[in-house]
Amino acid sequence: MRKINKMAKEKGTFKRPSGRGLAEIRKMTAKVGVVPNADGSAMFSFGDTIAIAAVYGPRQLHPQHMQDPSRGILRVNYDLLSFSVYERKKPGPSRRSQEISKVTEWALLPVLDLKEFPNTVIDVQIYIIQADAGTRTAGINAASLALAHAGIPMKNLICSISVGKQDKNLIVDLDKDEEDFEEGEGATDFPIAKIANSDKYTLLQLDGKIQPDMAKKVLALADKACEEVYEVQKKALKEVIEK
Amino acid sequence: MKNEINEAHEAHEESSEEITKKRRIVIPGEVIVSGEDYLPGEGVRREGNDVLASRFGLAEEAGRVIKVIALTGAYIPRRNNVIIGRVFDITFNGWLIDIDSASSGFLPIDESPRFINKNEMNQFLAIGDAIVAKIWSVNAKGTDLTLKSKGLGKLEKGFIFRVIPNRVPRIIGREGSMISLIKEKTSCNITVGQNGWIWIYGSSVEAEIKARRAIEFIAEKVHVSGLTEIMEEWFEKNK
Amino acid sequence: MSSMEGSNLTIETLKKMFAEGKRFDGRGLADYRDIEVISDISNKAEGSARVKLGKTEVLVGVKLEIGEPYPDSPDKGNLMVSGDLLPIASPRFEAGPPKFKAIELPRLVDRAIRESGMIDFSKLVITPGEKVWTVIIDIYPINDDGNIIDAATIGAVAALKRAKLPALNEKGKIDYDKPATTSLPLSKETAPLTFTFFKLGDSIILDPTREEDEACEGRIALAISKWSDQYMINSCQKGEEMPFSREELERIFDLLPKKYEEINEKLKKFL
Repeated sequence: MRKINKMAKEKGTFKRPSGRGLAEIRKMTAKVGVVPNADGSAMFSFGDTIAIAAVYGPRQLHPQHMQDPSRGILRVNYDLLSFSVYERKKPGPSRRSQEISKVTEWALLPVLDLKEFPNTVIDVQIYIIQADAGTRTAGINAASLALAHAGIPMKNLICSISVGKQDKNLIVDLDKDEEDFEEGEGATDFPIAKIANSDKYTLLQLDGKIQPDMAKKVLALADKACEEVYEVQKKALKEVIEK
Repeated sequence: MKNEINEAHEAHEESSEEITKKRRIVIPGEVIVSGEDYLPGEGVRREGNDVLASRFGLAEEAGRVIKVIALTGAYIPRRNNVIIGRVFDITFNGWLIDIDSASSGFLPIDESPRFINKNEMNQFLAIGDAIVAKIWSVNAKGTDLTLKSKGLGKLEKGFIFRVIPNRVPRIIGREGSMISLIKEKTSCNITVGQNGWIWIYGSSVEAEIKARRAIEFIAEKVHVSGLTEIMEEWFEKNK
Repeated sequence: MSSMEGSNLTIETLKKMFAEGKRFDGRGLADYRDIEVISDISNKAEGSARVKLGKTEVLVGVKLEIGEPYPDSPDKGNLMVSGDLLPIASPRFEAGPPKFKAIELPRLVDRAIRESGMIDFSKLVITPGEKVWTVIIDIYPINDDGNIIDAATIGAVAALKRAKLPALNEKGKIDYDKPATTSLPLSKETAPLTFTFFKLGDSIILDPTREEDEACEGRIALAISKWSDQYMINSCQKGEEMPFSREELERIFDLLPKKYEEINEKLKKFL
């Protein structure tokens, strides 16, 4: 953090294009039970990025040959709604959404105990209503809430956030302007997810240029940020009962 | 979660003030209590000195046993549960029943209440018909049902509808007190399936509508004590 | 909600209830549930809206793209309506190739919007014969409790009313960084609404819940708008097996203008 401290000394507090502090997360909102038909559902937002997730299951899996007799299968489908982005996204899964679906599945599995539901499927549907970067992280946070809301046996919640670098500054929760930043060393986007209150990371992806020791430091920023995400998720689940 | 044997009308939620105090909403991974003395029950695990929730629900301390009661979630079939299902297929030796859970139910022809000839299977139970059945076995292949018991059989009149399965104990009430109240106030026949499906048959459409509304009202309330008084008031208001 | 299909006895009970003019939620046979419309649910869409009709919820977005006009209408912009019954909305909707209802939904909304004349396509021309605006409406139900078609049309109308043409840069390409100030060329007079009538036995109902929708044996969706105090039926589609009698159709045609006024009145505070 030496470079950042130096900057702070010279120029006062460095501000990002959005005016946020380096470790400042956009305003988060979360709500559980947004899709009444689903067994569990939630929405989660980071600033202008809004995700909704719905869980159906455990339920029967067809075709039969896809069933796993030893445990239930987690099936994640992530996608952007056509009008969630400026350049309209044609309906139908893209390569990007298929990749995000898969890494999201891997991000969520470690806390789920699916051995109790052999031959079944738990379907997680994640849709982005408005995209301003961090869509996969908002999606994972929403999905984690939806799985809990659906009563699926879970060891803990999964918390997700993007961390990264803007030129030489380590930052938390990149928005679209920051993802597109091109001056200096450009932008490095590092979405992560972890098991709450643990040191286990379940999603790690990276795009950009970051030295290994900076990468270590940015994980520390991620840990702190995930604690804030956890508080938002916890509040949303505790509020659902007060109907 | 073992495959416990549940009595058909077991009510494991009570509405006395005392018990309610020892309950609170917990989220997965949350520490409920700390201490060596506590015993982890359903929906709970021990990590070192702490007892943590392994699901989202109501944490309950009953003596030294800590458990988390699910408030949401799909129905998990258990032996001896009475459930309501719908016939969706007929095979050569039985009926396939949608019991609204991850596995479908199977009613073997031998488990009908009386002898049914293989040629008259469709006359007895056709696709779309609803039944009240008991689960006598849960295994890898599915859930086996029987109609051979009092109170079980084909549902001829009235209608069926669904509530979230976890709300069933509250609808039944302590020793059936809540469901008895509803039956008395509406003069309806009511059967509550553990899988969340409920059958109502009354002497008039108004009575049936009222009974359904009362049940849905209770099902939405999750964490309220004094539910009996609330429902007495409700029936006064909705004469 | 369950994926269990309607049972025979419940369908019989609903038939009996409708014959007595009764419904489980206490509504009259032609009554609509509470409607709520929230506009601008995506700031990346040129227009968008979220419609709640009882527990049914539909998201609709409008995007504008620059394209070529159709050869037979070189001086008109285009309209494309797309949508799907997303698996999120119901345990019955599956991922994969669209089933018929998913194909029908956007087509019905398309005809309602197009035939009503709500959009003045002649004002969507950028360079005659070469470049025009294409209005793309995307419909996404996110919770199905019946009557998605009517909710989707309300959503499309709401999204169109808020929509603004994107600003263009010097090269004539869309520039999302510049503020969009021009509204879509819409009629100030009218906007269509769809009314889907459902039939069970001899009863006809409007705005069914999922449970009622499934029990019904026939349906007919009609779009209606109003020009200079003259009501116009803009489109019609009969669905499912059960036929409608002449008497039933006349009853439906007579009811349409009244329902149009009633629902428009309810929507005033949102649109």
